[in-house]
Amino acid sequence: MSLFTRWIPRRYRLAFSHIVNKPFELLMTGLDIAIAPLQWVLGVRRMAYFFIAPNLIIFGIFILLPMVLNFYYGFTSGQSILLENREFVGTDNLETILTCEDYGNPNTCKEDLFWRGVRNTGAYVALQVSTMVVLALITALALNRKIVLRGFFRSVFFYPVLLSPVVVALIWKWFLRYDNGLLNALLENFGQDRIQFLADPQWARFWVIVVSDWAQMGFYTLILLAGLQAIPASLYEAAEIDGANTFRRFRFITLPLLMPTMTVVLVLAFIRAVQVFDQVFVLTGGGPGTATLYIVQYIYREAFVNSPPSFGMAAAASLILASVLMVMTLAQLFFARRSEAT
Amino acid sequence: MKLRTVLLLVLVVALAVPAASIMAQDQVELRIMWYNDGNEGEVLRDLLDRFEEENPNITVEIDTVAYADLDKTLQPQVEAGGANAPDIVRVTDTARYRPFYLDLTPYLPDPDYWEASFAEPVLNSFRKGADDTGIYGFPTQFTVTGPFINRTLFDQAGVDVPSEVMDEPTWNDWVEAAVEVAEVTGVPYAIAIDRSGHRVWGPALSNGATFLNEDGSFTVDSPGFRETAQMIIDWHERGITPLGVWVESGGEYASARPEFVNGQLVMYMSGSWQIAGFAGDIGNEFDWQAVPNPYGEGGSTGIPGGAVMAAINTTAHPEEVAMVMDYLASVDVLTEFTARTLFIPGHIGIAEAGVEYDTEDPSVLQALNTFLAEVPKLSEEAYGLQYSPIGFPLNTSIRDRLGQVIVGELTLDEAIVMIQETVDEAYAEVYGE
Repeated sequence: MSLFTRWIPRRYRLAFSHIVNKPFELLMTGLDIAIAPLQWVLGVRRMAYFFIAPNLIIFGIFILLPMVLNFYYGFTSGQSILLENREFVGTDNLETILTCEDYGNPNTCKEDLFWRGVRNTGAYVALQVSTMVVLALITALALNRKIVLRGFFRSVFFYPVLLSPVVVALIWKWFLRYDNGLLNALLENFGQDRIQFLADPQWARFWVIVVSDWAQMGFYTLILLAGLQAIPASLYEAAEIDGANTFRRFRFITLPLLMPTMTVVLVLAFIRAVQVFDQVFVLTGGGPGTATLYIVQYIYREAFVNSPPSFGMAAAASLILASVLMVMTLAQLFFARRSEAT
Repeated sequence: MKLRTVLLLVLVVALAVPAASIMAQDQVELRIMWYNDGNEGEVLRDLLDRFEEENPNITVEIDTVAYADLDKTLQPQVEAGGANAPDIVRVTDTARYRPFYLDLTPYLPDPDYWEASFAEPVLNSFRKGADDTGIYGFPTQFTVTGPFINRTLFDQAGVDVPSEVMDEPTWNDWVEAAVEVAEVTGVPYAIAIDRSGHRVWGPALSNGATFLNEDGSFTVDSPGFRETAQMIIDWHERGITPLGVWVESGGEYASARPEFVNGQLVMYMSGSWQIAGFAGDIGNEFDWQAVPNPYGEGGSTGIPGGAVMAAINTTAHPEEVAMVMDYLASVDVLTEFTARTLFIPGHIGIAEAGVEYDTEDPSVLQALNTFLAEVPKLSEEAYGLQYSPIGFPLNTSIRDRLGQVIVGELTLDEAIVMIQETVDEAYAEVYGE
């Protein structure tokens, strides 16, 4: 009995549900009448295409078409957005981006900002993904135990995920500002000197990772928590009887059985980290200097900030980014499947 | 009686419907893409309301966008054309939209008025190729870069304002005076300059830099430019300038306006477009002043600039667009626009006649007079930089590379090489060499 019908006297409940359900019945009947001839023409098997068509159309317009257009832009040059006004230059844009005297020193590269973006993104991905996954795992393990206020803590850790990246960045910006920032006010209160958290390159890189971890960790904690809860309790009970300590139970039961979930988490976190943009754009704008300039922001600058804009270079950089993402994701999935098989 | 009433009604409807439809057909709606520095959108609306009263068949809508989003919004619209494109635009990067301007000459009652009223470099900035007669738009205002000071802080510190006690105070004189004021008053920052290459040009030219070559290309490296770049780097090393402007702001334009308006900054290098905003935001909190551009080996010059209004060639109503443009460019209307927006006029006749500004704020009047006095001092090279088709790449490249030098990612030598590469590429793209 639902809460909704509890207040209705028992003898009227059936009549009430008939009344409530009537519009839906009529709707379904109407749909049936409308779709039946179509099903007759297409056949039952082909009806699947009819049902996925709306989604496919939206996917095609907003995902596939821009991908194709981006491909075209990547091999053309000029300031115009219109395809017919763009000059085909072959792989010139890719060559410009990839030309470097010394790949270890971005200043020797023709497109030095791209390589700074690559270097920054590499460091960010390695540190952000690793710290976040470890923290998410620890949090998930803690929240999987029977602790006081477990529901409350689960909400607390998940709450930042609900916030817009722009809001997250603005909150942290107020927190970290040199002038009138909350953290610096606290430092001053304890007799310490203020710190240029967003104007010092090392500090800026550090806080970008902290803020990203804080904002995203809840989502991955939730996935890992679901994975942990899917592990049968009987395995732990058997291990406990066999005398396995907490670490060994974690090492030989939790970790192997959590691996498929971990792979999903790693792939998702990796892709998201490589695509980092909005939060950092608001928090540091890519600065100080180019300390937190990541690849996507480089693409954005080329296409929308620089005057004249360079849509061709931006598109070529997007192609490189997409290729790297695809290779890394496939490699990660390959290794994950191989470890599952063994 | 009843039948007659019905017949009368039918007759009225029969006449009114076609008339309404003809009126609807004749009704022309134009769109202006606009951005605001201060109150100019409001003033424009008032002026257009009057135009619409005089021309009931034309309505003009103003689409206001943030300045930072102007180019991102405008370029796709003018390229796509059709109903999406605005009929008139207000822009600062005049060269970028050259392919899209509408030549108003055939539609204007008196094109000579435009030639006589607006400076040639501005009119030329719309023209492309061999065209030297087309009329495409006009400057809504003229701007000059220059510094402001917090006069109250100078008075509180008992430090002389350099321009009042010296004939030709240099940047060094100003910086040391501002540092002394900051130290005495406990204000956190002595000096700041907007994060913009355009703002660096003026001090660089005053310090003897030369950028422009005869063929229109640029040479970045010069003792004057190095001196100016090093001066800005030194401000950061000494901790006398807010890091939020050049360091924390990443890769885009940033101003030190919040610091100045909040009384945390002694001297602020910006420009005349700030006046109306300062009047509103500072009010009576403290006395502020504009001061002449500091002197150096190259004299004392700011950089001209300003926004322009231009007609777009995809418009379906060129005649009506020309009517609106001619109205807005007329002496009376432009005088009122200038007086109410507290801008320096871009119209030669209005500038010569003088403007009775719509304010009694002494700081505003002092600042306007100071900037007006800067206009005759502007060097030829300053005009050349501002209206060069490769001026914007030089502007943004100086901004970004100097930002990298300040945080230690590049040396000044490396930055100069990179800026030179950028402007050379831009030159090759524009001039095909």
